[in-house]
Amino acid sequence: MANIIEIKNITKKFGADTAVNDVTFSVKAGEIFAFLGPNGAGKSTTIKMLTTLLSPTSGKIIVDGHDPAIEPDKVRRSFGIVFQDPSLDDELTAYENMDFHGILYDVPGDIRKVRIRQLLEFVELWDRRGSLVKEFSGGMKRRLEIARGLLHHPKVFFLDEPTLGLDPQTRNHMWNYLSDLNRLENTTIFFTTHYMEEAEQMAQRIAIIDHGKIIAIGAPAELKETTGKESLEEAFLALTGTAIRDEAEGNSANAMRMRMWHGVKR
Amino acid sequence: MFKKIYILWLRQLKRYSRSKSRIVGSLAQPLLFLFALGYGFGAVYQKAGEGSYIDFLTPGIVGMSIIFTSIFSGMEIIWDRQFGFLKEMMVAPMSRFEIMVGRTLGGATVATLQGAIVLAIAIVLGGFVPYSWPAVFPAILAMFLVAVLFCAMGTMVASLLNDMQGFQLIMNFLIMPLFFLSGALFPLQGIPKAISAIAAMNPLSYGIDAFRALLINASHYGLPVDLAVLCSVTAVFIFLGSYFFSKVQI
Repeated sequence: MANIIEIKNITKKFGADTAVNDVTFSVKAGEIFAFLGPNGAGKSTTIKMLTTLLSPTSGKIIVDGHDPAIEPDKVRRSFGIVFQDPSLDDELTAYENMDFHGILYDVPGDIRKVRIRQLLEFVELWDRRGSLVKEFSGGMKRRLEIARGLLHHPKVFFLDEPTLGLDPQTRNHMWNYLSDLNRLENTTIFFTTHYMEEAEQMAQRIAIIDHGKIIAIGAPAELKETTGKESLEEAFLALTGTAIRDEAEGNSANAMRMRMWHGVKR
Repeated sequence: MFKKIYILWLRQLKRYSRSKSRIVGSLAQPLLFLFALGYGFGAVYQKAGEGSYIDFLTPGIVGMSIIFTSIFSGMEIIWDRQFGFLKEMMVAPMSRFEIMVGRTLGGATVATLQGAIVLAIAIVLGGFVPYSWPAVFPAILAMFLVAVLFCAMGTMVASLLNDMQGFQLIMNFLIMPLFFLSGALFPLQGIPKAISAIAAMNPLSYGIDAFRALLINASHYGLPVDLAVLCSVTAVFIFLGSYFFSKVQI
């Protein structure tokens, strides 16, 4: 199987901070790949570089045969993404948000109509399709975001903590939908999550990133084997330690307290 | 490609038509200027032998509502960034240039509408009479051209800022000087050389001069000069706007 994503010696610096430090790995076409790591480890930064939103400080990336830094337009044709944080237009209705997305991604009109209905029904927002998004609750927005992300069928799906704040029903639905896409259309799925059971259940391979470096990569079984642990959660903790991280990797007073608290508990 | 630009354009229009408070709010200021200054200075202006000040002022105030609305529309990118919607557009399979064009045309349409509403109110309530009714149509086209120019300028400015912190700065050091030093409020004839020179470097001066040429048949630079300057400056700002916008990273 060919590699659909190749990352070679990628480094991203923000001023003096190194968010991603000399990272190298690849993802095969049709693979379900989990990208795990504590907060602030460099997951979102890596996804932004893969999806043309950020250019790396050094190193080379290939997504579907093209370098996002050189041919961003070609790369953008190959992927879909569900972001970690909100990216809806609050002043448009749920339906308009979906339709807008469908047009931007060249989903033909008749397919667009059918899929929008199907997806909005599946996140239980069809009855609210005419409401402005700003009237929605946080959970409804999240569901709409997922539905919108699934509207077109790309070669690669990036999902940055897609299940954060989703109810178990929608989460279940979403994974069934993604597994079908993966099976029927050979869609590559690249996702991040903090739920280790989810990664263990869904991913064929897992990479763990911490402090901007890849510290382990392999099938869930391999990761458990090398660390000698029973579950992925334990393997993850063994690899990344138990200290709680700040989103910004800082040494704030809060993080210190957290660490102390952890120390006492142990 | 045109479908994507069209949907971006449509989005701007939908957002505009849905925020009734914004429409009313952004009309209040130009109308206040029009009626307070128009009637306030009317008598003095007439005594100076220049004719009706409201007639002179109306094209200037149309220009005012266009420059405000279009720079703000261009700068809405900052809001889109803050609310995350910019990411949705930036990862979609279209170029930064298409995004820029769609948004600029949308913002310019909205600004032209605002300008046309101000003109209509001046006609209905202010007693403004265009010297030739058929010339109102090319005047609206000229308004659109000015709107495109300042939308692109707003996009450029927004691409260089990260948040709304710099907003007051833009208001006080860009928009206000552009408006006050443009001949919107006073004739450019017989003013001090320094102000006249500054006005000659201000693209809005040519915009308002073009409106006057078409609406009241009076012009300082002459309509061909106005249009030539406006077209070339618009091209420059579209280029600069898309250049800086293409450099935006999230």
